Amino acid sequence: MAAVSLDHVLALAAVLFAVGFVGLLTRRNLIVVLACIEIMLNAAGLAFVAAGARWGQADGQVMFLFVLAMAAAEVAVGLALAIRFRQAMKSLDVDDADRLRG
Amino acid sequence: MLSLLWLIPALPAAGSVLLVLLGRRLGRAGTAWVGTGSVGLSAVLALLVCGSFLAAPPAGDAYRQVLWTWFDVGGFAPAIGLHLDAVSIVWVLVITVVGFLIHLYSVEHMERDDGFTRFFIYMDLFVFSMLVLVLADNLLLLYLGWEGVGLCSYLLIAFWQEDAQNVYSGRKAFIVTRVGDTALIAGLFLLFTHYHTLEIGQLMHLVASRSPAPDSGVVLAAGLLLLGGAVGKSAQAPLQTWLPDAMAGPSPVSALIHAATMVTAGVYLIARTNVLYTLAPDARLAVAIVGTVTLLLAGFSALVQRDLKRALAYSTISQIGYMFLALGVSGWEAAVFHFMTHAFFKALLFLAAGVVIVALADEHDIFRMGGLRRELPAVFATFTVGAAALAALPLVTDGFYSKDLIIATSLGSVDGGAWFYVASLIGAFVTGLYSFRLVWLVFFGARRTEVSRRPRWRQLVPLYALAALSVTGGFVWMPAWLGGFEPLRKLLDTALPPAPMEGAAAHFAESVGAALITILVVAAGVGLSYVLWMPRRERTQAFAAAPSVQPLVALWLGGWGFDWFYERVFVRPVKRFAHWARHDLVDHVVGGIAWLNLAGWRGLSAGQNGRLRGYLAVTGLGVVLVLAVVVLR
Repeated sequence: MAAVSLDHVLALAAVLFAVGFVGLLTRRNLIVVLACIEIMLNAAGLAFVAAGARWGQADGQVMFLFVLAMAAAEVAVGLALAIRFRQAMKSLDVDDADRLRG
Repeated sequence: MLSLLWLIPALPAAGSVLLVLLGRRLGRAGTAWVGTGSVGLSAVLALLVCGSFLAAPPAGDAYRQVLWTWFDVGGFAPAIGLHLDAVSIVWVLVITVVGFLIHLYSVEHMERDDGFTRFFIYMDLFVFSMLVLVLADNLLLLYLGWEGVGLCSYLLIAFWQEDAQNVYSGRKAFIVTRVGDTALIAGLFLLFTHYHTLEIGQLMHLVASRSPAPDSGVVLAAGLLLLGGAVGKSAQAPLQTWLPDAMAGPSPVSALIHAATMVTAGVYLIARTNVLYTLAPDARLAVAIVGTVTLLLAGFSALVQRDLKRALAYSTISQIGYMFLALGVSGWEAAVFHFMTHAFFKALLFLAAGVVIVALADEHDIFRMGGLRRELPAVFATFTVGAAALAALPLVTDGFYSKDLIIATSLGSVDGGAWFYVASLIGAFVTGLYSFRLVWLVFFGARRTEVSRRPRWRQLVPLYALAALSVTGGFVWMPAWLGGFEPLRKLLDTALPPAPMEGAAAHFAESVGAALITILVVAAGVGLSYVLWMPRRERTQAFAAAPSVQPLVALWLGGWGFDWFYERVFVRPVKRFAHWARHDLVDHVVGGIAWLNLAGWRGLSAGQNGRLRGYLAVTGLGVVLVLAVVVLR
């Protein structure tokens, strides 16, 4: 199997992260925002794995397992927040939560 | 008994404080009792203290009571000390006794006024300040009283503060007298830097012992500066313009402050510091000239006034001009005598005028009065007594004795002269004209306005008492050709130098012949006023309205154009400058800082829109920038 070069993987990770970040900035639906955060986390995880493979060490994969666990916890908290958000704001539009304006 | 001296000013002060603290709870009757009673007690005490002083004069013919040291800074330690001598006795008795009568009158005069308590607070405070002024043993304490009476004058002129015109009049009085007060305080600084004390007795002793050698310039300057203060407070030319406007206040205020007591503070000051003027002939001459000019200017202005109280105000200025003339020709005692008689009859005139004005529902125009002789007989009788005393009707009025003494002194004193004598005779003639003009116009002729309110005992008793004083007050100093009964002169001789009457002119001035001339002049004035305003009233009015005379009448009515002149030379430029200075460069600098802060606040708070996506975008941009800098560097 032809080895995929590190540069390509890191480029993919960067693109994934950028897609997630742009989604975070542009989308107003809270569920989609959470999904975008997941994409960014996974971009970071991909970079860990690729780096671990490059130097032949397990640390990258171990770190990715941590990221997965953290992502699961984050989704649990995030979805709970989404439910509270919906109850408080009667919508899922993040721009409705602007009460901290100066 | 003498040791109770401090209570005389303390009682009105206590009354004023009590009214401030309890005024609302006391009600009108209680306020009247406290306000009038404190001054009444003070009057009784003043009679007792002065009586015991006269019965057994203390050593040096003066009693000094030091209460405490006011402050002690750099060797300057003025005392809160009281000084009672012949001069202060006259002033204290007039202030407390006339003050009490006017307070009693005010209880009825002000009975329907909403500011009843406020009125008595100010009046008691005034009596206290005036007593401090005349009892002070040093010039600084005198200055405290001086400013205190100025403050009360301002507050009481602007008493009916709903009307902007009254407030303007009060402000005018305050600012114009402040011009004189500035000269006075400068004079005090000058005296202190040269003699290192302001205690009057010590200061006068120092001045007398060190003169004339090196300080004659200082004495002259100090005399002129003190004269400046006196001119402001006593409404003499050229600072007389505030007094006619001061009539905006209630009538008892005009009687007490702007006729009987406060406006004579300048006379008191000069009589008290007579040593300065004795040593500075030029300053003395300035006093005499100021007095002469004022008595003539104000006399002619009084002749054409339509407002009853303004006419009386001009007559006050004119009579104080007589006092200044007397001071200027070294007739210190004559000035004090005329102060006393003037206090009686001028307070009487103002109180009677107050009754008339209230009776006619606030009518001030004498040409709309008339025929009140039958409607208000008591007021007619007392007003006529007052007008007769003002005109110096011979023998039966107190004004005759004091004014004749001044006229005699103006000729017979070594400082006097024919000019002063002629001017004072012209003044006496004009006084006869304008004082009886008021009587004829107000009390005779056809009735023009209905009488809506009549005086009761609280107003009548002060009127009768002051009328009695206006008749008998002159008998304490009879001229030599009438027997020379002169207890007042003997009393004043203990505190003031006698007038230097020497030579042939003095011999003539003190003779029956000179008195006859005065009597004839006064009689001519009164007689002419009868002719002009009784049988020939229409013709006189037509004459005054004729085109050739009208400008002169207008000039006199406006007080010789002093107001017109000050308005253009001082008031308008200052107002214009103040208006311009509202938007000057400094304002722009200070305002610019405020504007910058405001703009910054607007910009920053616009960023705080509460949208997290916006914050995140900026944060992301920042991260990208930092990374770019780090990577590409």
